[in-house]
Amino acid sequence: MAKSALLKSSIAKKVAMALSGLFLMLFLAQHFFINMTSVFSADTFNSISHFMGNNPLVQFVIQPILIVGVVFHFIMGFVLDFKNRSARPISYAKNNGAANSSWASRNMIVSGSVVLAFIALHFYDFWFPEMVYKYVDVNPLNETRYFHELAEKFESPVRTALYSISFLLLSLHLWHGFNSSFQSVGFNNKYSRSLHKLGYAFAIVVPFGFIFIALFHHFNH
Amino acid sequence: MALDSKIPSGPISDKWTNYKDHINLVNPANKRNLDIIVVGTGLAGGSAAATLAELGYNVKAFCFQDSPRRAHSIAAQGGINAAKNYQGDGDSVFRLFYDTVKGGDYRAREANVHRLAEVSGNIIDQCVAQGVPLAREYGGLLDNRSFGGTLVSRTFYAKGQTGQQLLLGAYSAMNRQIGRGKIKMHNRHEMLDLVIVNGKARGIIARNLVTGEIERHSAHAVVIASGGYGNVFFLSTNAMGSNATAAWKIHKKGAFFANPCYTQIHPTCIPVSGDHQSKLTLMSESLRNDGRIWVPAKLEDAKAIREGKKKPTDLSEADRDYYLERRYPAFGNLVPRDIASRAAKERCDAGFGVNKTGEAVYLDFAAAIQRYGVDQAKIKHLDEKDTALVIKLGTEVVANKYGNLFQMYEKIVDENPYSTPMMIYPAVHYTMGGTWVDYNLQTTIPGCFSIGESNFSDHGANRLGASALMQGLADGYFVLPYTIGDYLSPDIKMGTISTDLPEFAAAEKAVKEQIERFINNKGTHSVDYFHKKLGKIMWDKVGMARNAKGLNEAIAEIAVLRDQFYKEVKVPGDANGLNQELEKATRVADFLELGELFAKDALHRNESCGGHFREEYQTEEGEAQRDDENFAYVAAWEYTGKPSEAVLHKEPLVFDNVKLVQRSYK
Amino acid sequence: MKLTLKIWRQKNAAAEGKIVEYPIDHIEPDMSFLEMLDILNDELIMKGDEPVAFDHDCREGICGMCSLYINGEAHGPDRGVTTCQLHMRMFKDGDTIFIEPFRAKAFPVIKDLVVDRSSFDRIQHAGGFISVNTSGNTIDANTIPVNKKDADDAFDAAACIGCGACVASCKNSSAMLFVAAKVSQYALLPQGKIEATDRVLNMVSQMDAEGFGNCTNTGACEVECPKGISLENIARMNREYMSASLKG
Repeated sequence: MAKSALLKSSIAKKVAMALSGLFLMLFLAQHFFINMTSVFSADTFNSISHFMGNNPLVQFVIQPILIVGVVFHFIMGFVLDFKNRSARPISYAKNNGAANSSWASRNMIVSGSVVLAFIALHFYDFWFPEMVYKYVDVNPLNETRYFHELAEKFESPVRTALYSISFLLLSLHLWHGFNSSFQSVGFNNKYSRSLHKLGYAFAIVVPFGFIFIALFHHFNH
Repeated sequence: MALDSKIPSGPISDKWTNYKDHINLVNPANKRNLDIIVVGTGLAGGSAAATLAELGYNVKAFCFQDSPRRAHSIAAQGGINAAKNYQGDGDSVFRLFYDTVKGGDYRAREANVHRLAEVSGNIIDQCVAQGVPLAREYGGLLDNRSFGGTLVSRTFYAKGQTGQQLLLGAYSAMNRQIGRGKIKMHNRHEMLDLVIVNGKARGIIARNLVTGEIERHSAHAVVIASGGYGNVFFLSTNAMGSNATAAWKIHKKGAFFANPCYTQIHPTCIPVSGDHQSKLTLMSESLRNDGRIWVPAKLEDAKAIREGKKKPTDLSEADRDYYLERRYPAFGNLVPRDIASRAAKERCDAGFGVNKTGEAVYLDFAAAIQRYGVDQAKIKHLDEKDTALVIKLGTEVVANKYGNLFQMYEKIVDENPYSTPMMIYPAVHYTMGGTWVDYNLQTTIPGCFSIGESNFSDHGANRLGASALMQGLADGYFVLPYTIGDYLSPDIKMGTISTDLPEFAAAEKAVKEQIERFINNKGTHSVDYFHKKLGKIMWDKVGMARNAKGLNEAIAEIAVLRDQFYKEVKVPGDANGLNQELEKATRVADFLELGELFAKDALHRNESCGGHFREEYQTEEGEAQRDDENFAYVAAWEYTGKPSEAVLHKEPLVFDNVKLVQRSYK
Repeated sequence: MKLTLKIWRQKNAAAEGKIVEYPIDHIEPDMSFLEMLDILNDELIMKGDEPVAFDHDCREGICGMCSLYINGEAHGPDRGVTTCQLHMRMFKDGDTIFIEPFRAKAFPVIKDLVVDRSSFDRIQHAGGFISVNTSGNTIDANTIPVNKKDADDAFDAAACIGCGACVASCKNSSAMLFVAAKVSQYALLPQGKIEATDRVLNMVSQMDAEGFGNCTNTGACEVECPKGISLENIARMNREYMSASLKG
């Protein structure tokens, strides 16, 4: 089979969505653990952040892969949604989607878009300043700045609220996305029921943990 | 014209082998130059189309449904017989042959039935190779069940959906050939006439049901595999679209129609619930293995139940009449279909029916639940005196065996059959009669073949359970591919047949005229109105029990109804596109003729045999009485312009290998 | 029962369609949904209108010909049944019922509620078979034992009736459940394994060419499937497809 045919195939796209999603969930999990340390210890948080921010492997290998992963997941998500919509040119006058599927599963494009908007905000808040700080202005290394930068951002109630709402939507995205990605890569067997529970736990613990972190810093300032 | 059945000479077990050794073959290069039309894509048509295409012929297949996979073979539940003797219980080709001839009440052609039994094993091999998921045992080998009161386990099955799986197997074989371009599939097309050129079938006229276009299709041979005509009764277990039009059109063009009165009434169907009813649903015969059939013993109880004043569970054992067990102690509830059906009708006619319409009997699983429950309690060392526990355990066993059927019943009737007895009543199910064919499955029109339920051949006057699937696939996969080659061998240099021949134009013109007549007929009643009326005449007077007076009345009434139909039928819309009322009109027009021939055949056959029961010809105990001296023949009717003027031709049935005896199930 | 029906009417494939309202009375709970439509059609014919065209045949839930999107669900609100087995007792007096055709680009409307599902056939032509000749010279059926569980799972997949409810219910109009059922049936049986690679590649490629959407695992298909075809089949097809792509 020609390579081009494979790339065009619906299942290949679906698997690619799943794999990029699984990768992003891994990233999310590590981000979550690092941020969680900020609740317990500013020093630990600072040292891990410093490592992540200055290790060449993280910065120049993992970070670009991550960015490609994010961009791919979003672009593919939009492309597929557009294509899927066009597979039904005339929509139903009455459709009872709730009868057979969850809101989260039917509205991945909505939750995903909110997450995308959040990532834009997040980049504006942290990543761009960080990039400018490190690579444009070339400031000297400061191993203790991270915690304050974090805490400062959550002074604003508006930002804290936006973060919290976005994580709610992320939770919904993961509620479907976690298990969906396993189904897409063909994992559906006697372990699936346990895995589903793990997926739902992940979809609750991680986003709500992030909300907790945001609120924690907001109220502990 | 004398009927020549073309049965090969020699001992019965060698006939088919000798035949195959001596027929003319067509070489592969020449098969490419030959076209074959197959009308109908059920088990017979689908398997024939696939095999003929695989051999190299160019096949043009037609079905009225949106896909070949929808043909009504798909609804067969129980299983398919084959003389494999996997169970080592003494089965053999001869026994299958013998059982089939006997089950058909000695009105089938021996040579055809023997051939059927011979190829039956091949069918199973073939289907397994095609990926049909037949039921298996834990060791990985195929499982069998016993069926319809035979003495061996020879029925292969796929849960309660054997027909579906076998049809999808044939459909997959067709798909392979469609993908290769060897079958040109015409979905949503209905054959409306046969074209005969120089005395040979050379094409058909078909209507594209989507565009309304009338199309001409030519071929070197035409195969009719369009199923039975049970829908002449309006209510039957057939699909709504099942029709006799293809079979009837070839009859009108010269194919003799054989034994139309042989119709199988299946005893275990869900009763009619009201006038709105459009179709009847079959409950598998296997239910009679565990269910006990009864009606109230007293008329006043039956009346109280009909009026809703009493429930069946209120009646004590003494107040129940297990009439099959009473009348047939040896076979009890497992008597053959024709006998079980007539016994139910007899009780209901006597006023013991148990639903609102008075046409239903009980099929009760309480005893089976109790029996299985006690067994389970013993096995599990639980208290067998605990009634609730026993019922729970017994219900589980019954649910395992028949769960899907019970669920289907509950969906339709809205009663829980575990706690209250099911209601059942006989319904029209299968037609043993059909186009007369010789040993080659060729009709009396050269080049026109008829296979599966649409021919009359193998089941005599009564079909055994799990034999219809066997016959359909045997004809399509293993018989027709040989016999049609023998017929086609002289035509190899003929080239494509032109559809511009005047015979095509004439047939097309007649079809168009009929359609225009319907469209322009500004009548007052819908097609269904007439179909229901026809069905009522057929059911009341040509149904489970017939007599000369009723048959004469039916013949007259059908003729009147037919005239009324042409005057008063209303077909809305136009012919240039999908028009389901028009489709129905052309089909009902044919049923209105077929029904009359049906009654005429039943009237002429002064005996009772299998599915044909004449009240005048019964024993003192009310059993069917055959007349082998005068009626051991196939009645093949020739069309001469009107059903009432059809001419009878007799093909004598010779039994060299089976001894004729009166069937007894006492 | 007295009901208000809102039915999609469309003269032919090229015409514009619209929802038309029909009141109907004297409907009994024991009627099937299609018998209710029969009654409506009889009334329409008597009034001189064209009856509503809808597909149906066996009326016992096995042929897969009937369709209909009823009150926002394929085959209506009941579970595990096709429209022909849906009974009016699922509705109550005074209800308004929307009746629409199965909608998908790959299922164009032919007339009213009748759609063209030949795309399903074309997917099967691409590989829905085992390439074995039907002329009777094959090995004995018991030569290759088949594990009972595999045989049962293959049967469960093969129980698909090809009605298209999965496509109609899917928000993406994806045909994955249908295709996966067929791929699974053969993938589970030793007879089907020989051609497994080509089969899954060809069938998926045809499925994509027909214009069905992508599966996003909402699971609506499994819920609405009248024959209970499991999502496991889709996972199996994903696996089959990936391994076939790597091989092929």
